[in-house]
Amino acid sequence: MEKLLEILSGLHPDVDFSTTTDLVDDGILDSLDIVTLVTEIHAEFDVTIPAEEIVPENFNSADALMALIEKLDEE
Amino acid sequence: MKKRILIAVCAILLLSVLLGLLQALVVPKYRENPEGALTEEYYAQAGGHDVLFIGDCEVYESIVPAILWEEYGISSYVRGSGQQLVWQSYYLLEDSLRYEKPQAVVFNVLALKYGTPQSEAFNRMTIDGMKWSSSKVNSIRASMTEEESFVDYLFPLLRFHSRITDLSADDFRYIFDAPAVSQSGYLMQTGIAPMTEVQRPPRTLDETLPETAMDYLEKMRVLCEKNGVELILMKAPTNSWAYWWYDGWEEQIVDYAEEKQVSYYNFIPLCDEIGIDWTTDTYDEGVHLNVYGAEKLSKYFGNILVKDHAISDRRSDAELAARWNALLCSYYEQKKEKEGAEE
Amino acid sequence: MLFTSYGFIAFLAVLFLAYYLVLRKWQWGLLLAASYFFYAFAGLDCLIFIFLTTASAYVIARLMDRGHRKEAEFLDQHRAEMEKEERKKYKATQKKKRFRILLLGLVLLFGVLAVLKYTGFALLNLNALLGAFGAEKAFSVPDLLLPMGISFYIFQTTGYLIDVYRAKTVAEKNPARLALFVSFFPQLVQGPISRHSDLAAQLYAPHDFDRRGFTSGIQRILWGYFKKLVIADRILVAMRVLVESAESYRGVYVLLLILLYSAQIYADFTGGMDITIGIAESLGIRLKENFKHPFSSKSTKEYWNRWHITMGSWFTDYVFYPLSVCRPMMKLSTFSRRVLGAKIGKRIPVYLATVVTWFLTGLWHGAGWNFIVWGLLNCLVILVSQELEPLYAKFRKSAPRLTSSWGYGKFMAVRTFLLMGLIRSLDCYRDVGLTFRQWGSMLTVWNVGDFSRGVMTLGLDLADWIILLVGCLVMAVVASITAKTDLRERLYDKPILSWVIFGTLLIAILLFGAYGVGYDASQFIYNQF
Repeated sequence: MEKLLEILSGLHPDVDFSTTTDLVDDGILDSLDIVTLVTEIHAEFDVTIPAEEIVPENFNSADALMALIEKLDEE
Repeated sequence: MKKRILIAVCAILLLSVLLGLLQALVVPKYRENPEGALTEEYYAQAGGHDVLFIGDCEVYESIVPAILWEEYGISSYVRGSGQQLVWQSYYLLEDSLRYEKPQAVVFNVLALKYGTPQSEAFNRMTIDGMKWSSSKVNSIRASMTEEESFVDYLFPLLRFHSRITDLSADDFRYIFDAPAVSQSGYLMQTGIAPMTEVQRPPRTLDETLPETAMDYLEKMRVLCEKNGVELILMKAPTNSWAYWWYDGWEEQIVDYAEEKQVSYYNFIPLCDEIGIDWTTDTYDEGVHLNVYGAEKLSKYFGNILVKDHAISDRRSDAELAARWNALLCSYYEQKKEKEGAEE
Repeated sequence: MLFTSYGFIAFLAVLFLAYYLVLRKWQWGLLLAASYFFYAFAGLDCLIFIFLTTASAYVIARLMDRGHRKEAEFLDQHRAEMEKEERKKYKATQKKKRFRILLLGLVLLFGVLAVLKYTGFALLNLNALLGAFGAEKAFSVPDLLLPMGISFYIFQTTGYLIDVYRAKTVAEKNPARLALFVSFFPQLVQGPISRHSDLAAQLYAPHDFDRRGFTSGIQRILWGYFKKLVIADRILVAMRVLVESAESYRGVYVLLLILLYSAQIYADFTGGMDITIGIAESLGIRLKENFKHPFSSKSTKEYWNRWHITMGSWFTDYVFYPLSVCRPMMKLSTFSRRVLGAKIGKRIPVYLATVVTWFLTGLWHGAGWNFIVWGLLNCLVILVSQELEPLYAKFRKSAPRLTSSWGYGKFMAVRTFLLMGLIRSLDCYRDVGLTFRQWGSMLTVWNVGDFSRGVMTLGLDLADWIILLVGCLVMAVVASITAKTDLRERLYDKPILSWVIFGTLLIAILLFGAYGVGYDASQFIYNQF
């Protein structure tokens, strides 16, 4: 989780990612950020997020994203 | 809910009235080019006519009903309009027969040369003035060029809306009603522009009148027959380069008239007998007659109508006489005025 | 049948009436019939393409759906005896199978689009290339039929296939229903590109007449016609002159063209959307908004989240994401990070995907280099501002009063508007070289002094310019109001006021719309007959 927060604040240093819960819906993360995030996660966690999982619900908060990473890691 | 419906009904009524007003405002008033106002003017005087003249400019520039009355007591009206196509003449006749049953209908044959719709502008000038009836609907459908649509006739606002930025004082002055431009359908021209030589255009390859046009002529004859009205054909004496009357056409009309037992008068070869002087009796170098030529032709033709077609002399009918005397006054007044302006 | 034809208005009137009179369960059937009737006006040969698109999409989607169900059933039955690894493996092979089916569908649909839309363009370029190498012979460029709206319905249909593949939506069992989803007439010509999960259920559901929705829809349709007829179609005349005689209208006229074209495309496109969405609303169907006040955007990125939204999101979801997270891209990412370091390396795949997406977006807009350059320039602006973002952030931090002020916001909006307008003018001149020369002339040709004379040579008279100016002003005011509040919603309880407003709007359309043949006085003047 800490690693993930680190990646996230690398994208937007001024956002508190541990509490915000509508990152996509509020337009904080745009498509470029999301794709950068996916490649960073791939590099850090060795998990590939497939395109069909790129939906707002999975990227709206750090928690949701962490849950997604764990789920994908499981499979 | 009730209130809403009430508001809606009121709003729709108000909107319709407003749109009606705007439509009346943008529709051309045809003061500069009065041949567009002719069709509508008929309705104010409809009824009580023994002869109706129908056709294109060759009737409304050649026949003077006022003179026919003055000389012979013939009560007549000219239902002509610019480039009136034969089916438009047919439907105008059908329309007129709703208002009156004349003894004779005279049709000028020049328009038979057109077998297809020609120009939107002339369509509008001939048709827009008609009152709504099946005749108007049929006339529109027969006349529309490819770019036109029926809706534009139904709501002229749609066609003329762009005039809104182009309105003149006339559009406001004559929004509801406009003074007549014609004398019982005759459009007076007092100018003189002599025709010095007759220029014959090259022969056209095919000198036959289009079939559709001849079909409408036949329809017109049948319509007259059904209504007990005599159909008479005429060709105005004008024959110019612009609107030449070809020998082939003449033959075809002569044959038709013979076959159907219809009288046909071609005035072109009769110019000398009528007394037309091409140096004084035309306002546009022989294309149309001016008032002096038209009066001569009317006197000549009136004599034929009385003698050979037994058209009644109505001068003893007091009511009609009163009406015509007023019209006669107006006729001479306008003539004087126009001649004055000409000098 | 154009939206702005009498025929279409009559068609709508009949449809609305029939729609609320027939049995509720027949409504969607009526919509399907109406859509095919509407499309038949574009030509019967166009019908073949939309029919084949529907038929192949139906089969492909059903096959994928069957795959999903079989997989679920199989896993269910064999839950006990299967190891986790085994399950994973089974799922992967099933997915691969479905992917092959999807691929077949995509190749088929995009193939049709590619052949019809891009053959001519491809051959022209091939000929030019061959010519450059001295080849004497050239391929003859065929003049292929381009069915109306094909770019839109092919995109909507492929979106549906991908959604079925991703199990985001369920394949349509009734082919007639799918046919309606593909051909729903209001959005056939210029979008929005709808998602199956948003639209389908609404299309087939019965709709009772709802006065509120119906009125609101009609009002929106009227507003759309106002924008299209009074503003967009009026500008058309001047645009034609500015483009056709581009060589004589340089310098300040290029700026005029940019402004006029911005107004025209905005009025035309959003007006068309108003009509489309309004029709759907009157039928009880809610379509996705395609524009959200694009000219208020303060950056290019924001602009593309507000302009032609459904197309943008289609490209994001179905091209940009899959492309940037696909396996080769991930490998490239690992590789570039290793070689170039994390900072630059992480950018490579993202930027590559962005460039490809914008290249395709350009190509989708039209088969021509001007469209491709247009797409790539948009991409360039987005990437450059992405790179400059830290700098902007610093600036915002050091001058917070200035950067949060009203004026600064407006300045950013105007800047974005002009930049987008400039790039968009590629669309007008349709020739990349000419466009660049015209842009250059804005700096080199100084002809402001000539402007007041020249502006009257564009085919619009003073009255037209006044109508345009007032029209654009009305459009701007309405946009600024609707950005804050739902105008029609607020007017609903004020029936008199709404009749006044929409009555005036109707009259304005009828009087000032640039429709029909313009009245030409000289045509109606006596010409010797």
